[in-house]
Amino acid sequence: MASLIETPPCGDLLPVIVTGAQLVELRPGPVLSIAPFHGQAAAVAAILAEAGLDWPAPGTSGVGGSLACLWAGRGTAFVLGPLPEPLAARLAGHAALTDQSDAWAAMQLRGPAAEAVLARLVSLDLRIAAFPEGAVARAPLNHMAALVRRSGADRFDLWVFRSMAQTAVHELKAAMTSVAARG
Amino acid sequence: MRLTCPLCGPRDRREFYYYGAADYLDRPAADAAPEAWDAYLHLRDNIAGPVRDLWYHDQGCGSWLVVDRDTVSHEMLSVRAVAEDRA
Ligand SMILES: [Zn+2]
Repeated sequence: MASLIETPPCGDLLPVIVTGAQLVELRPGPVLSIAPFHGQAAAVAAILAEAGLDWPAPGTSGVGGSLACLWAGRGTAFVLGPLPEPLAARLAGHAALTDQSDAWAAMQLRGPAAEAVLARLVSLDLRIAAFPEGAVARAPLNHMAALVRRSGADRFDLWVFRSMAQTAVHELKAAMTSVAARG
Repeated sequence: MRLTCPLCGPRDRREFYYYGAADYLDRPAADAAPEAWDAYLHLRDNIAGPVRDLWYHDQGCGSWLVVDRDTVSHEMLSVRAVAEDRA
C-alpha cells in the first residue's frame, strides 16, 4: 500500500519569530465536528461525558484526559483527539458528525506581545480578565472567519480554514513585526 | 453599528449578513395560492421606523437572527436567535 506524505497546512511558512511573539503551527490531530440533531443535545452530552468531556457552553472549551472539546458555533462543538470509536459510533445516531481534521490551519501565537498583536486583527476584548484561559470565540481575524481560543496566559490558538493559511500567516506576520517595531 | 448576538455578545455589523425582511421566516405551504407565494417572495413595505429583519452571524457563531431595527434612527432594538424562538 502506498505510504502517503502528510503536508501540514502552514508548511514552511512557520514558525515566524519576532521580539516578543512567536507564531508556530499546531497539529491538533483528529478534529471531529459534532452538531446535535434537534432535541438530542442531552443525549450527546451524556455520551461525551463517558469520554470525560462536557458539552461546551458558548464561548468555552474543556479538556478530558487526552481529548479537548471546543465550542465552535451555534449547536456545534469540535472534539480534538482520538474519540474512542464505540463512542463516535453511538454519537452518529444523535448528531451530525464531520471529520474536519484536514479542514483547518491551526496556529499558536505566543509571547508577551501576543495580546497586542491580536488586538490589531481581532476586534474583541482579548485581555485575560475578559477572555480567560479556555475561552473560545468565533470571530474574524481581519477579514477571515476564524476560531480563537486562549490556551494560556501568554498564548492564543488561532484556527482558520485551511485554504486561508497563507493569508493568515501574512496578516499575523505584518501585525507581529509592526508591534515589535514599536518596541 | 453593532448587533448583540445572543451567543457571541456585541459584534461589529460587518460580521453579519443581512438576508432581508423577517417575512422570509413565514414560508407558505407548498400548495398555497400563487398570491401567497407572490407576497412571500416580492411584496414588502418600505417602512420609515421600526422594521423586523433576518440576519445571519456569518463571521461568528452561524446563528440566524431576528433583528428589530429602526430605519430612521439606526437603533438596534433587539436581536433574537431564530432557533430559540422556535425551540
Ligand atoms: Zn454569534
